[in-house]
Amino acid sequence: MEKGKAMARRWAVDFSDSSSSSHPTVADPPGFTRSAPDLDETSGSRQKKDAEAAWKAQKAWEVAQAPFKNLLMMGFMMWMAGNTVHLFSMGITFSALWQPISALRSVGKVFEPYKDPKVDLNAPRLLFIALNLGGLLLGMWKLNTLGLLPTHASDWVFSLPPAKEVEFAGGGSPFY
Amino acid sequence: MEARFLLGFLLLLSLSSFAFAIYEDQVGLADWHKRYIGKVKHAVFHTQKTGRRRVVVSTEENAIASLDLRTGDILWRHVLGKNDAVDQIGLSLGKYVLTLSSQGSVLRAWNLPDGQMVWETDLQISNPSNSFLHVLGNVKSGRDSLSLVCNGGSIRAVSSIDGLVVWKKDLSVDGLKLKHVFQPPESDTIYAIGFIDSSLIALYHINAKTGELLKHATQASSVDLSSEISAISSDSLVALDTSRSNLLLIKFMAGTITNHKLPLSDIVQDFSGLAELIPTKSNDIFVVKTPSNVAFIKVKGDNEIELIGKADEAGIVSDSLILSEEEQAFAVVHHSNNAISFQVRINGREALTEGIKIEDHRGHVKRVFLNNYVRTDKSHGFRALIVMEDESLLLMQQGEVVWSREDGLASISDAVVAELPVEKEGGVSVVEVEHTLLEWLKGHMLKLKGTLMLSTPDDMAAIQAMHLKSTERNKMTRDHNGFRKLIIVLTQSGKVYALHTGDGRIVWAHLLTPLLQSESCPSPSVLTLRNWRVPHRKALQENPSILLVGRCGAGPESHGFLFIVDSYSGKVLETQILDHSIAEVVPLPLADSSEQKLHLVIDDKLNAHLYPRGSDALEVFVREMANMYYYKVENAKEVIKGYAFKKGCSTGSSAYCFGTRELWSVVFPSDSERIVATARRKINEVVHTQAKIMTNQDVMYKYISKNILFVATVSPKAAGGIGSAAPDEAWLVAYLIDTVTGRILHRVTHQGAQGPVHAVVSENWVVYHYFNLRAHRYEMTVIEIYDQSRADNKDVMKLVLGKHNLTAPITSYSRPEIATKSQSYFFTHSVKAIAVTTTARGITSKQILIGTIGDQVLALDKWYLDPRQTANPSQEEKEEGIIPLTDTLPIIPQSYVTHTRQVGDLRGIMSFPANLESTTHVFSYGIDLFYTRIAPSRTYDSLTDEFSYVLLLITVVVLIVAILVTWAMSQKKDLQEKWR
Repeated sequence: MEKGKAMARRWAVDFSDSSSSSHPTVADPPGFTRSAPDLDETSGSRQKKDAEAAWKAQKAWEVAQAPFKNLLMMGFMMWMAGNTVHLFSMGITFSALWQPISALRSVGKVFEPYKDPKVDLNAPRLLFIALNLGGLLLGMWKLNTLGLLPTHASDWVFSLPPAKEVEFAGGGSPFY
Repeated sequence: MEARFLLGFLLLLSLSSFAFAIYEDQVGLADWHKRYIGKVKHAVFHTQKTGRRRVVVSTEENAIASLDLRTGDILWRHVLGKNDAVDQIGLSLGKYVLTLSSQGSVLRAWNLPDGQMVWETDLQISNPSNSFLHVLGNVKSGRDSLSLVCNGGSIRAVSSIDGLVVWKKDLSVDGLKLKHVFQPPESDTIYAIGFIDSSLIALYHINAKTGELLKHATQASSVDLSSEISAISSDSLVALDTSRSNLLLIKFMAGTITNHKLPLSDIVQDFSGLAELIPTKSNDIFVVKTPSNVAFIKVKGDNEIELIGKADEAGIVSDSLILSEEEQAFAVVHHSNNAISFQVRINGREALTEGIKIEDHRGHVKRVFLNNYVRTDKSHGFRALIVMEDESLLLMQQGEVVWSREDGLASISDAVVAELPVEKEGGVSVVEVEHTLLEWLKGHMLKLKGTLMLSTPDDMAAIQAMHLKSTERNKMTRDHNGFRKLIIVLTQSGKVYALHTGDGRIVWAHLLTPLLQSESCPSPSVLTLRNWRVPHRKALQENPSILLVGRCGAGPESHGFLFIVDSYSGKVLETQILDHSIAEVVPLPLADSSEQKLHLVIDDKLNAHLYPRGSDALEVFVREMANMYYYKVENAKEVIKGYAFKKGCSTGSSAYCFGTRELWSVVFPSDSERIVATARRKINEVVHTQAKIMTNQDVMYKYISKNILFVATVSPKAAGGIGSAAPDEAWLVAYLIDTVTGRILHRVTHQGAQGPVHAVVSENWVVYHYFNLRAHRYEMTVIEIYDQSRADNKDVMKLVLGKHNLTAPITSYSRPEIATKSQSYFFTHSVKAIAVTTTARGITSKQILIGTIGDQVLALDKWYLDPRQTANPSQEEKEEGIIPLTDTLPIIPQSYVTHTRQVGDLRGIMSFPANLESTTHVFSYGIDLFYTRIAPSRTYDSLTDEFSYVLLLITVVVLIVAILVTWAMSQKKDLQEKWR
């Protein structure tokens, strides 16, 4: 599903930016002149582009702040789930861990639609990463409260085999 | 907090099964129960024309049983207590079986058809000694008949109807031993004949109805009398003198006694050695058995006797059987090679001779009981019950063995486990596969029906039958789960049996001692058996074998012998008569290159002899000799001693003989302590982990050592039975002793407690059972041992990096600090045997197997015996599964592994692992055998037999179809969306 969405978006972007046609070898249809409308709309398009850049910057900030809401909701869910190990709390905790990780992995793709030479995407990107790391920490904290992090000595020795004995003594009561 | 993946999972599983049992229809799926009676010592036939023909027997194992004469099946059986040996049995009124037991002090009557006890009378005999029972035929007061019990110088007449003592006569003569009682027909007078101090013969006339002494007479005997007599007629009997070479004919006519000495050499030519009188009943004939032959002798007139028959070889002679007024029959049985010749003599004349082939693993004939039946042509036919050397019981009739019972299995003394052969590849025909596939499908369809509750009662019965006869469990090959094994048992008679765990059948049986019988080994007896070769890696092509150890004579200094027996076939691979005695066999945790386990045989001079004899075995042992020790518990001297081995022994120069050097001794003060029980861990027990994780994520390190010996001592006054000591004089001291260094690791005293003590040691804990005199209840105590010297290994970083010494080999000489935790509980039952479950890897939680007084096996979860328990466990502790501390251990009826069965006279419980970690085999033995498989934490690693594969298959198929259909539908819908 995710992949399909991304493909659809890329196709849309390509269409709007028609100047860089990806198929230069294909001849234009008869009666179509590419340069005529371009010349006509230069001033209008600049204005349009400025507005678009502002819109993109605004959108990028919105996207960057989105994990915060997520964080609050996760916190509420975790509080609801309680501190015992069972299916619900485990599910919540693992989704709390998985969401930031997947978001961090796709950080490039998330901001791709808002890529613009006039827009500085670094700040929203940093905020996005910071918030997701916060979410990850929250998940880890939850994991620890559930007792699933190997932070105790007992976690490292629980299956330690017994040490070998050097000596052996056999015997008992003799037969009579 | 800790990673609870594995532990938590196991715990959840185990918590969900606090108590679990099997369903009624699962009985017999994995378990089997075999009933035996033991070595028969008395037999009374009951062969009326109507009703079932049966024989009532009593055995050395103190059992009384009624057997069906046609099949040998047990109709009913009772096992009397250990100290209640049966002296005599008899029939009374044609419907009661009378048994005299406990040296003549208890008389019981059992209903013949169903074995219900009718009455029991304690005869209150002050000094129990040899006594006998005489059922009077013709003293009838109403419909009652009397039974006389004679004991020393007293006679008691007991009513057969209700067991009341009708009269009691104490003849109060010092040294009087009554020998015989008889009653002339149609008379109310009883004659009782006894000997006083082997020199006087006494005769008493007693009124049968009142017990009044009418007359008595004594007469000096011309010879010293032994205790063997034979009553030959209503007024005479024959006695043997103490030199066993003279007969004394005693007549007691009309109140006077005459006796007449007859040297045996006059009657029997070439008589030498010691004679033996065979008890007879009447008709003027008696039988004398001498070392060279059996003589039938008839008394004629006054002091005239005549030899009327002779059996040449010294055979086994049965009691006499009266056929008619004039005729009495004896059976004489000879044994040669693998056949016995069965001879019936009527009045000394040979009447019938039959030769019967029997398996040579049964040994010699030990006892014969003769019975007759009337054929259609009014002639007599004979049947005989024969007890063999291996304690088996045969019924012989018309030259054939009608049935046989392997009653030697009632006296198992030791048992080991062996693997079955590996299944060979190929060799299964297509037809067979198709057949089994069809069967398999059918079976699963039936099961599916059962699961979906569609099955009819017929189907249910078919499912049940299928469970029971499933051939899979009875195959003679190894299985993946390790459920099929051989249990190799040794019985008191020295016979070795291999039993299949699937259905308990005997795979092979051998009586080995006759093979050895020779001048150099006069009376061989097997002491114990051990696993000799357990192939697993290097020597897989070799068959596993077992070692049998025994000695040639009775004393501790008599020479020993070894047998090595193939466990698959029972074939003897090696026989060896040793040139030294056997005091102890110590299996070592070492093996030579062909996987033969090293054993040290310690002789009575404390030299150690190494077996197997081989240079690589010697090399292996010498390399490890400095770390090998021996300890000896001397119960009589209240001493435990520890020894090290050294080269060169005191008796010879053999390279395989090693001397010992005493290192330490623990001497218990004999005026205050007496050793009553010792216990140690099983040598082959596997422990999964050395860490014990507490509720607060703390770690305790278990002190796991194979060299812990648990010793329990009690005060000398409390060494007797319960009630022999007051609480103030009784105490029980429990010790944990390191057997390498002799160090006492722990010692605890229980004031007011006494034995019997039963203990079991496993991992780092010991559980023992004893009696608390103050509380008047049995108690069980658990001691857990922890290693304090490793307790600081708690730095996570070091543990992560592996910088710890927890897996470094440990030595007892480092004197590790020990900490113990213990807890005591009341326990309802007294205990006959105690054991613990063992599994392949030691992960599964343990159960303690307790043989209860009711001859059942109770599986008690170890977590009931947890020193961490408190009266109010915290939330965390509850989560962990720690139950609140209670004063009494709960007994949950469902946790009896023997369910409704009883293992008569339970003596031992054995647990051995299957290949599946969750499952363990339990084999318990007494007079009966019971085997089952249990899963202490349920079968978490396999699907049960109940699992319906067909249901699973159908579910999977349905799911796949559903996925395909929905996928196609969604594709179609997507396409339509796009065209819109």
